[in-house]
Amino acid sequence: MDKDKREIVIPSQFLGEIKNKKSGKGTFVENGKIYAEILGVLSDSSNYINVIPLKGRYDPTEKDFVIGIVIEAMASSWLVDINAAYPALLHVNEVPWNIEFGETERYLNQGDSIMAKVLQVDQEKKLQITLKDHNLYKIKGGYILHVEPSKVPRIIGKKGSMISLLKKYTKCRIFVGQNGRIWIDGDEDGIKKVIETIDMIEDESLSYGLTNKIEELLKKDTKVVH
Amino acid sequence: MKSEIKLFENGKRIDGRKPDELRSISIKAGVLHRAEGSCYLEWGGNKVMVAVYGPREAIPRHTQNPLRAIVNARYNMAAFSVDDRKRPGPDRRSREISKVISEALENVILVEKFPRASIDVNIEVLDAEAGTRCAGLTAAAVALVDAGIPMKDIPVACAAGKIDNQIVLDLGKDEDNYGDADLPIAISPRTGEILLLQMDGHLTQEEFDRAFDLAIKGCHIISDLQKKAILEKYQSDTGGI
Repeated sequence: MDKDKREIVIPSQFLGEIKNKKSGKGTFVENGKIYAEILGVLSDSSNYINVIPLKGRYDPTEKDFVIGIVIEAMASSWLVDINAAYPALLHVNEVPWNIEFGETERYLNQGDSIMAKVLQVDQEKKLQITLKDHNLYKIKGGYILHVEPSKVPRIIGKKGSMISLLKKYTKCRIFVGQNGRIWIDGDEDGIKKVIETIDMIEDESLSYGLTNKIEELLKKDTKVVH
Repeated sequence: MKSEIKLFENGKRIDGRKPDELRSISIKAGVLHRAEGSCYLEWGGNKVMVAVYGPREAIPRHTQNPLRAIVNARYNMAAFSVDDRKRPGPDRRSREISKVISEALENVILVEKFPRASIDVNIEVLDAEAGTRCAGLTAAAVALVDAGIPMKDIPVACAAGKIDNQIVLDLGKDEDNYGDADLPIAISPRTGEILLLQMDGHLTQEEFDRAFDLAIKGCHIISDLQKKAILEKYQSDTGGI
C-alpha cells in the first residue's frame, strides 16, 4: 500500500480475521472472516476495519443537516428529495410558520430548496425532516452544487478546517449538507472559485495533507487578484 | 442434428480457438453520466451496455417489500443487434432472461439494507453473438459495484457447451446455433455458489460435469477481469500525487 494514498477495496475483498479486528461500517463477516461489501476506501483503525464508500446514495442519519428539494406539496406536509433512497416527509408542525390546512403551497412549493435537519429515521427507513432549528430556512438565491455524499467530510475538513478556509479566502457564504449538496452564495468570482476548489478536493480526496495544499492554492490566487 | 460445417477440427474450433479458450473480453466501468452506475462490455462480438439506477423507492407501490429491496433487471436486445431485425420490445425470451438475471443478482446484493426500495438494472444488448445473458450478467455486476451498492460478492457468468462431441468453453455464434448443447452458469466466485444454471440441448452426466467444471474455470478468469476494470476506473479517477 502506498503511503500517501489510501487503498481502494471492492466488494468481496478479504480484509482480515474477526479474531484480530472488529468489522465496522461497509463490511460483513462470514465464517470468521471480514469482507468488504461496497466499493470504497479502506480505513484500518486500531480496533475496527471500515470501508468508506466512494459512491452511492446518501445514507440518512438523525440530526444530520441536509439540503432538500421539494418534490410535492400535500395538504399537511411536503415530500422532499434529500438524495437518499427515499423521499423525506416534512410535516407542517415541523416548520416555523403557522400554516392552515391546505395552504402549504403558499410557503413551499415544488422545486424550492430548503436547509433541513433529519428528524427521524425509522426501521422501515421512513424519513422525517424538520426546519425547526437555528439556521434552517428556505434557500433564496445562490448556487447548489452536487458532490458524492461520501466526500462531504473531506470538504468540511478536520473540525471544519477546510470549509472555514474556503469561506475566508472567497468571502462566500457556504452551507454543506451531509447529503452531498452544497449551497454557495456570494459574488460571481467567489462562487466560481469555490466550485473550482471543491472540484479539486473531490478529485484528490484520497491524498493526505489536502487542507494545506488547498490553503497554499487559495493564498496564491488571492495574491494575484491584489 | 448433423451440421454440414465442421465445428471442431484438428483440436481447433471454427474461429480458431482452443476448446478451453474464451473469446476476447474488455470491460469498462462507469461510462454513463446520468446513471448511478454503468458498465460497457465487449465479449467477442457481443456489445452490452448496463446502467444501474437506485436504490430508490419502488414504483408502483404494491411491488414494494417492507423488509427488503427488489431487484429489477431488464434485459433488452436492440432491434439492430442481430442479422434480421429483432422486433423491439419485451418478448418471451427477454422476459425469461430478465427474470433469471434479477434472481441471480438478488442473491448477492444486500437487499435487507434498503427496505421498500428498488434497484433497477437496465441491460441493453447492442450487438449479439451468442452468450448475451452471460455478458449481460457479468456487465450488470460491474455496474452495480460502480453504483456503490453493497454486495456480498461480484457475480460472474460464463457458458460451456458441446460441439461435435467435444466439450468447449464459451460458445460462439455458429457453435451455439449448430452445436449440441449450451450450458450457461453464473457463480459467486468467492464462495462458489451457483446463482444461475440453464441448459439447452442434451448432455450425459459425465459430459455435464466436464462442461460445468470448464464453465466455472471460465468464470474465475472473467471475475479477475471484472475486478481489474473496477480498480482501473477508480485508481486513475482519484488522480495522482
